[in-house]
Amino acid sequence: MRRSETLVQWSLALVALFAIAALALIIIFIFKEGSPIIARLGIVEFIMGTKWSPSRGTFGILPMILGSFWVTLSALVIGVPIGLASAIFLAEMAPSGTSRILKFAIQLLAGIPSVVFGFIGLVILVPLIRQWLGGPGFSVLAAGIVLGIMILPTIVSVCYDVFKAVPQAYREGMIALGATRWQTIRMVVLPAARPGIIAAIILGMGRAVGETMAVIMVAGNATKIPVSLLEPVRTLTSNIALEMGYAVGEHREALFATGIVLFIIIAILNTLARVVARVEKV
Amino acid sequence: MAGSTSVQPFAELLADEYMDEAENMIINVQGGGSSAGARSALSGVAEIGMLSRKLQGDEKALIPTTIAYDAIAVVVHPSNPCQDLGIEEIRDIFAGNATDWSEVQGEARKIHPVAREEGSGTRGAFDEIIMGEVEVSPGAIVQDSNGAVREIVAGDPSAIGYISLGLVDKRVKAIAVQGVFPSIDTVADNTYKLVRPMILATRENPVKEADSFISFCLSEKAQSMLAQEGLIPVAAVQSGKAQPGE
Repeated sequence: MRRSETLVQWSLALVALFAIAALALIIIFIFKEGSPIIARLGIVEFIMGTKWSPSRGTFGILPMILGSFWVTLSALVIGVPIGLASAIFLAEMAPSGTSRILKFAIQLLAGIPSVVFGFIGLVILVPLIRQWLGGPGFSVLAAGIVLGIMILPTIVSVCYDVFKAVPQAYREGMIALGATRWQTIRMVVLPAARPGIIAAIILGMGRAVGETMAVIMVAGNATKIPVSLLEPVRTLTSNIALEMGYAVGEHREALFATGIVLFIIIAILNTLARVVARVEKV
Repeated sequence: MAGSTSVQPFAELLADEYMDEAENMIINVQGGGSSAGARSALSGVAEIGMLSRKLQGDEKALIPTTIAYDAIAVVVHPSNPCQDLGIEEIRDIFAGNATDWSEVQGEARKIHPVAREEGSGTRGAFDEIIMGEVEVSPGAIVQDSNGAVREIVAGDPSAIGYISLGLVDKRVKAIAVQGVFPSIDTVADNTYKLVRPMILATRENPVKEADSFISFCLSEKAQSMLAQEGLIPVAAVQSGKAQPGE
């Protein structure tokens, strides 16, 4: 009995270690491939440089950093209100039958491959923007809308679980005081769920920053810093995916270096999410 | 064999045909780009390197065989009245100096240039022949395949892009460059300038198999297969007045 217990424990530890080893290997690899060029150009030159022209040896990724920032921000502006509203409706207001069907539908949304989102964006959204708002259609706005829809499942399902975790007694207490349902939600449920909502937003943000395929298809991928929502834009992930196929030498190193920057941004986001959640809980 | 992704689909087609004919032959076709193709042929990783541009620098140690030519067509939306642009005009558009169609040809409307990504063979040939030392504007839309460029130009009346001649269809309009429309004839007589060679390169003493595959690529059957795919056969060009791009 004791023996098999130890065996299970060790094998589970080994499997867990495997996941960590994979992460460590990935980190070592991208840093090994990408850091030489950062060292050569200087970190400031690399991340503050406004011009990306690999064939001329100019590697500045500020346009892509800002591109990722603007695209992610617009995705959040679109996705968070809709996601939060859906989660409130599903958790607090909808009859259980309706809620179950809608939850199922939102889970289905999560199962749609990103290339399909990108394709629909390309054939429907991009021409609509071009026709009604002007510009080439490929834009920060197009990418923001597509990503805003793509992060909905994450935001809805995390918020839904958080709302469900708010003790029923809180709500009953509010109703006993004569509060309406909306007052209960606004004054009790939402404040109680705040750390969870912030975590949901940051998870959605991570998804938006990391998404590649759909963004390549609708963002236009120009390497200029966008000055309006209607201008084409290139994100960090698109930069890697677009040019990886052919890149050799310095160009390839610069793409790995782009990966390092992306990795650091995502690490900061995740740490932030944890810190915020912890501070809020206390 | 390994190399240019522009040559790759045609090489795969020919390799399939060749493997059907010759018993016990296995040809492995991989992408990677022209430079990677030349390097792997030099280092011996691949027997044949595929390039969609001429050999440069130390790559000249390889022996190139041109198996076909590909014209790059400059395309616009079918509704665009523009018929013909000079090389300077195209350069101005892609450099971002001309931003409105009224500055070149046609009605007042913003130009949306669509380029290929850095490193692509099509982009390389376009930059070399059209842009010269001038840089492509960072504001240009970038797509990573001929098909994606065609899709954008087919949908946007203000767009201009460049794709392989073989991929031009009714949804886009190929315009004349310096008054010459792209076609097999204009490539053959060297009047159409936007042309790049499709090259198979080997080391000095290639293995027998590589040699016989390259001979197959130059055979009448292989050449007519390439012509069906929209490439310009070598014979058509050599019977013309001069070598393109020289």
